[in-house]
Order: sequence, then structure tokens, then C-alpha cells
Amino acid sequence: MDNYPALIVVTPLLAALLAGLAAWIEDRLSYPIALMGLALSTFFAFKVLMQVIGSGTIHYRMAGWAPPMGIEYTIDLLNALVLLLVSGIAFLNLIASYPSVNQETNDRAASFYTIYLLFVTGLLGVTATGDLFNLYVLIEITSLTSYAMVALGDRDRGPIASLNYVFIGVIGASFYLLGVGYLYLKTGSLNMADVAHILSGIQGSSTVLVGFILCMLGIWIKMALFPMHVWLPNAYTYSPVAFSRVVAPLMTKVMVYVMIRLMVTVFGLDYIFNTLHLADAAVWLATIAILAGGVMALAQKNLKKMLTYIIVCEIGYMVGGAWMGNQLGMTGAILHIVNDALMTFALFLAVGNMVYKLKTIDLPDLKGLFGKMPWTMAGFVLAALSIIGVPPTCGFFSKWYLLLGALEAGAYHFAAALIISSLICAILFFKVFEICFFESLAGGHETAHGVVEIEEAPVSMLIVSGLVSLSIIVVGLYSGTIVNSIILPFLK
Amino acid sequence: MTDSLPYIVAKYNYWLYVILMMIGLYAMIAKNNLIKKLVGMNIFQTAIILFYVSIGYKTDATIPIIQNAHGGHDAHAAVIHAADYINPLPHVLMLTAIVVSVATFGVAMALAVRIYQRYQTLEEDELRMRISEE
Repeated sequence: MDNYPALIVVTPLLAALLAGLAAWIEDRLSYPIALMGLALSTFFAFKVLMQVIGSGTIHYRMAGWAPPMGIEYTIDLLNALVLLLVSGIAFLNLIASYPSVNQETNDRAASFYTIYLLFVTGLLGVTATGDLFNLYVLIEITSLTSYAMVALGDRDRGPIASLNYVFIGVIGASFYLLGVGYLYLKTGSLNMADVAHILSGIQGSSTVLVGFILCMLGIWIKMALFPMHVWLPNAYTYSPVAFSRVVAPLMTKVMVYVMIRLMVTVFGLDYIFNTLHLADAAVWLATIAILAGGVMALAQKNLKKMLTYIIVCEIGYMVGGAWMGNQLGMTGAILHIVNDALMTFALFLAVGNMVYKLKTIDLPDLKGLFGKMPWTMAGFVLAALSIIGVPPTCGFFSKWYLLLGALEAGAYHFAAALIISSLICAILFFKVFEICFFESLAGGHETAHGVVEIEEAPVSMLIVSGLVSLSIIVVGLYSGTIVNSIILPFLK
Repeated sequence: MTDSLPYIVAKYNYWLYVILMMIGLYAMIAKNNLIKKLVGMNIFQTAIILFYVSIGYKTDATIPIIQNAHGGHDAHAAVIHAADYINPLPHVLMLTAIVVSVATFGVAMALAVRIYQRYQTLEEDELRMRISEE
């Protein structure tokens, strides 16, 4: 009904409070509460998406205060899509998380679910809000919960990775806050639509330029664009696997969404590409990010860490596409938010299954995995093909748009980087496949002739993994529909 | 130099916040001790809070409380000039930002305690040595 936009965000928040309280009575209560909260949130997000497609942008006033005084949630086609993506992935991951949480953080399962829900609340809020300062607060909620989560992981390295993440995260958020301060100085407003309206009259102002650069810098640090990426690999590698599965696909993608929101809605593409001359530099930065991410991924010996460097590489795709300055590039960037979230999620689900069975996932540990965990590996292969960009999978289509956009803008260096990174990803994943498929189990002469015993992960993990891997193909086949009914109407 | 001096003095609040921010950033990047880094982080955040507080200020203005607004005998007669009152909104925003920075500081302190319990040191180079030894 009318309150769905608020309910998307409020339901996980209330569920977090309930899950925390219920843990005092009985530890096992917190999991069903968390599951229920996210299921409801996903349902509301789906309803809102249908409503937005049917009848256009929703403006929801918090507590009835009219903007620009009050905080407004503005749900248009882009938010609605990202909201469904975030809540859906968080919900599916929670289903798959039960066994791995019990295994990894058994004594603190209740706190895991509470922080998990708060993290999702933050992400959903960041996506839904139409207020610049509210966005800052919600980004900080997201970050604070992920600091705590990373520290719940690896007992030796987790706290150190988390503290480094705190330092860099604070710098990023503070730069963004400072940028908002400069915008407030010039416009006297914090509502995105209102600020955009006032900014269109004062485009030459240097205060606005400083505000813009500070906001972008802050968001780039938060999304781990290449030179600012140092916090990401360690933080995601040493966090509990149930959390890396949700933070890896969502956190950086939501930050890319924030960047696109600021560019399209607040500052306006006209201001960015016609008044400022930063686009070339940003595309070069993205190009370097793609290449550097790929090369660093090649050097990794741990599967989870290798995948985190691929995230750094993928961030380059989306930033480059958004800054290309044409519709094709922006379409590719937005489509890649959806696709990359799905494929990263599928990869990390497979990794989660491996961690559950193998405990360590350095590359040599993966020997003979195709025989041992055939279903997990099927999902892994599908997601890997999508990252490489093999046609029927969704990764191909967004890469195709990005490539077309790069060629249209004449950014041949970016197009070359896209193709080179596809090759690097192919090398990376075929190296993993080779170890998993051709190298027999360590000391496995006795199993060489017999049938290798299948030791799969629990069914709930396999079902989610299969579902998400299939969705990669489904979304790939329907990417034309997504572009025509959601992305192009949004960009008009 | 003589031309730029009045310019610097007139905008001294910006210079102060930038200097404070750079001190904080320097400590976060260059210091070896984790607690010193935390202090740097706090200075960095405080600098931004000061920036916000200073932009709400107006010369010769008072606190934004309107005397006798509710049922005072001459409440409606008095004309209210916005220039007479400082802008409260940046200050209110900073209450939230202070809460955020306190929470961040708390989490960071807890992490530092965990690191100390595990490695018995808070010096970064020693931490790096311990990790590479293991």
C-alpha cells in the first residue's frame, strides 16, 4: 500500500531489534525472526518495483513532513530495482547461511543475525533515501555493521583487517560529509531533488565543484575504486563466509548506485559532462582499476582473496561506464550493477560451500573438487563464465553495452581494458578449473580408479547456489526487457 | 602576500578546519601506533564537525529561539528577520555526526583491544612482524 517504501527499510530494522532481544530468551529464536524480516522486506521491495513500473516514481514523506524540510524517500525505477536486488540477495543468503553460521560463529550466532539485519537495513536505506545527509548516516550504519562483522571472522587477522577498514572507511565517509557541507553552503537544502533544482542555476560555482569532487572522492573510497581499494581484499577475505557472501555482491554495488544517483539526479549529467572536464580522467582511472584488479587477482593463492580482487576489477567497469558520457555506457553500468551482484553472489555462494567442507580454500586445496562437490562446482563454473563474459550469461550483455559505449565515446583504452580483463578472468578461472578437475586428490592413488566419494554441502546451500546460478542465465536472456522497461525509461 | 592576508583572515574558519583535518589525516597515515591513529581519526572527524558548526554562524545573530512565540502578548506583532538568528540546521546535523563518530570510535577501540589481546602489541610494524612470523 502507501507505506511500502518505508516498510522495506523499517522491517529489517525492527527484526534486528527483535532478534537481539529474543536471543536473551533463547538463542535459536533469532534466526527465524531474521528470516521473516528479510522475507517481508523482499516482498515489499517487489511490490514497490511493480508499483513504480506501473504508475511512476513514488515520493514517500517520512512522518508526513514535506520536503525540503522533511526527509523524503524517492523510489524511481533505478532504486526500486536495486532495492529488490539488495533485499532478495540478503534473504537468499540468509537461507544459505544457517549451516555456515553454526559452523563458523556458533557461540555468537544471535549477534551475527542482528548485525546482519542492521547491515541490510543500512543498504536498503542508502538505496531508498532522497536526502543527502540521511544518505551519509545510512552509509555509516552500513559501514559500522560491516566493521563489526569483519571482526567476527578470522580470529587472528579479522580485527586487524577490520581496523584498517575503519580508518579508510572513516576518511571516505568524512569526505562525502564534507562535500555535502559545501553543497549545503551553496544551496541551503539537503533534499536531492531540491538541491538539483537549485544547482541547475549556479553551475559555474567553484563551491559546487569542490562539493562534487569531495562527494565523488568519498564514494570512490567507499566503493574501493583502484588506488583506494586497499581495505577491501583483506576485509572481505577475513570476514565470516556468510557475511562475505552478502557484502561482496552488495556493498560496492550499492556505492556504485549512490555514485550514479548523485551524477544523474543531484548534479545532472549536463553539468558533469558539459561544464566540468573530469570525465576523461575518471575513465582513465577506471581503465587502470580494471587492469590493476586483474593483475593483482592473478598473483593470489587463496580463492576468496582472488575473487575480492575481481571485485576491484568489476568496480572499474561500472565507474568507467557511468563516466563514459553516453547512454550506452550508463545503461551498461546500471545493468552491470544487477549482473555483477548476481554473479559475485553466485561465486561467493560456491566459495561458501567449499569453505564449509574444506575449511581452507588456498588453490592447492581445491584438487579433485569436481568429483567431490559436483553441484557446487557447476554453479561456480556458470558464475565464472558470466564474469568472463560468455554469451548466454548475463555478464556478457552488460559488458557488451559497456564496450559499445566505449567505442561510441572513442574511449579505446577502456574498450581494450575490458577485453584484456576478460582474458585475465579467463586465465584465472581456467587455472582454478584445471586444479579442480585435472589434478587428482592429494595422495589419491587409491581413489584414482574407484569412484570419488561425493561430499556436498547441505541442501539449503546447494538450492540457493543453484537458484542464483540459474538466475544468471535467466537475467541474461531477459536483459533486453530490463534495459527497455527499467533502465532506458529511467535515463530519459 | 599583503593582498592575501585579509582574505585568509576573513575565512579563518575554513583554514582552521583544513589544518585540523590535515593533522588528523597525517596521524592516521603516518603514525605507527594504532591508538595514535585512532586519535588522528577523531581529530579528522572533529574538524568536519567544526566546519559545519562554523557555517551556521552569522554576525550579530543570536540563538534561534523566538521569544514569546507561543501566546506572548506581542508575539505576532514582532517581525522575525532570519538574519537575526543563526542557522540551527548544521548544528542539528552535527549532533547526528557526533553520534556516528562516537560509535565509530567505540568500535575501533574494541578492535584495538582485540588486537592487543591477540598480539600483545599495538605498534603496526611489530604487528606486521608477528603476522609474517606465523
